Amino acid sequence: MKKLTRDEMAKRVALDIPEGAYVNLGIGVPTLVANHLAADKEIFLHSENGLLGMGPAPAKGEEDDELINAGKQHVTLLTGGAYFHHADSFAMMRGGHLDFCVLGAFQVSAKGDLANWHTGAPDAIPAVGGAMDLAIGAKQVYVMMEHLTKQGESKIAAECSYPVTGVGCVDRIYTDLAMIDVTDQGLVVREIFSDIDFDALHKLTGVPLIDGTQGARAA
Amino acid sequence: MINKIFESLQSAVADVHDGATVMIGGFGTAGMPSELIDALIEQGARDLTIVNNNAGNGDIGLAALLKAKRVRKIICSFPRQSDSYVFDALYRAGEIELELVPQGNLAERIRAAGAGIGGFFTPTGYGTKLAEGKETRLIDGRHYVLESPLHADFALVKAYKGDRWGNLTYRKTARNFGPIMASAAKTAIVQVSEVVPLGGLDPEVIVTPGIFVQRVIEVPQAAHAPTPNPHDAAA
Repeated sequence: MKKLTRDEMAKRVALDIPEGAYVNLGIGVPTLVANHLAADKEIFLHSENGLLGMGPAPAKGEEDDELINAGKQHVTLLTGGAYFHHADSFAMMRGGHLDFCVLGAFQVSAKGDLANWHTGAPDAIPAVGGAMDLAIGAKQVYVMMEHLTKQGESKIAAECSYPVTGVGCVDRIYTDLAMIDVTDQGLVVREIFSDIDFDALHKLTGVPLIDGTQGARAA
Repeated sequence: MINKIFESLQSAVADVHDGATVMIGGFGTAGMPSELIDALIEQGARDLTIVNNNAGNGDIGLAALLKAKRVRKIICSFPRQSDSYVFDALYRAGEIELELVPQGNLAERIRAAGAGIGGFFTPTGYGTKLAEGKETRLIDGRHYVLESPLHADFALVKAYKGDRWGNLTYRKTARNFGPIMASAAKTAIVQVSEVVPLGGLDPEVIVTPGIFVQRVIEVPQAAHAPTPNPHDAAA
């Protein structure tokens, strides 16, 4: 079965982010999306530790320990970018000013519940960071994740078995197999990235899906 | 003449009492007031409640304070990091209490305290474990959770430039929690890389007005990045 690589998934997500959008890319795989945003489009990247207009990693030797992103990696600021404090930064999220956030996930439920902060393991040290704020913090919340776990179980489930990060907050899921919208009618498959058909995808996913592909196939 | 400049780190933290709630600025090590924390370790106050985004990195700063066993409880959003081994060991040994707060709620609770707000309804965390037992309300079709303000006895903050009235500017993403923590604490103690004369800060770019700041100490920092921010010249 053909699957998108993480980089190919990032490229696909990047296609859907228009010029002028204010975007937060979550820690981990979603940060790859930045590498695929078209250079001729002005898109504003937000990092919740207090910058808007985030640029790429600095050249070696030009790192500044006071210019980092939410993943505590060295970054740069684009010309026209701005710094602000944490309360303002989260007002941008909670206040509905961000257009998109792209998040990694352990699971998404059929109703758009997100689980991405805690595996529920009893001995794990809990840490939430900005995950719960991001989950409710943009006009469009996109999730980017592998469709199946390493054990072959669907990460899209009727209910999340992991502790949830947000309730009914996900608008769209990009997996390595498909793009799926969370709608009032249910999960609607818009595109299949693999060489399998809708019925096979449905079977793998194990929750009700609506075929909205109209034959669309990115492959 | 009003002069909030303190001459030594030791005198600036001398009155931090056992059992105090102390906010410490910084996101990871960016904006962490390491020299003030070292002075607090030397001063010896214990049984502290610390508010910070994280729970220390490596063996320095906040991690060193934890290692010295001065902290009873930490209120933070993201304790677990690749180099948070000091906290991890204390937590697993049951030697430190953890109150985990989503980052935006942490920031807003601090802001609310400084702004005199008695509580606020936020959508963040609704329906999750971190909102269990909290009052909720449906407002205009959306679910919210009641959160309370977070006050402190002291705040330790790192800023960039300051003057004798306590006006401050910050540097890049080291700003993070500094401005809101300064406003939420009874006594805000700020280390700045440079003290400038009154009038040395453009009033249009002062980030924290001096009313929120009680003490300023100059702690020169090692040279920053080789590419200076062009805006620093104006600040």
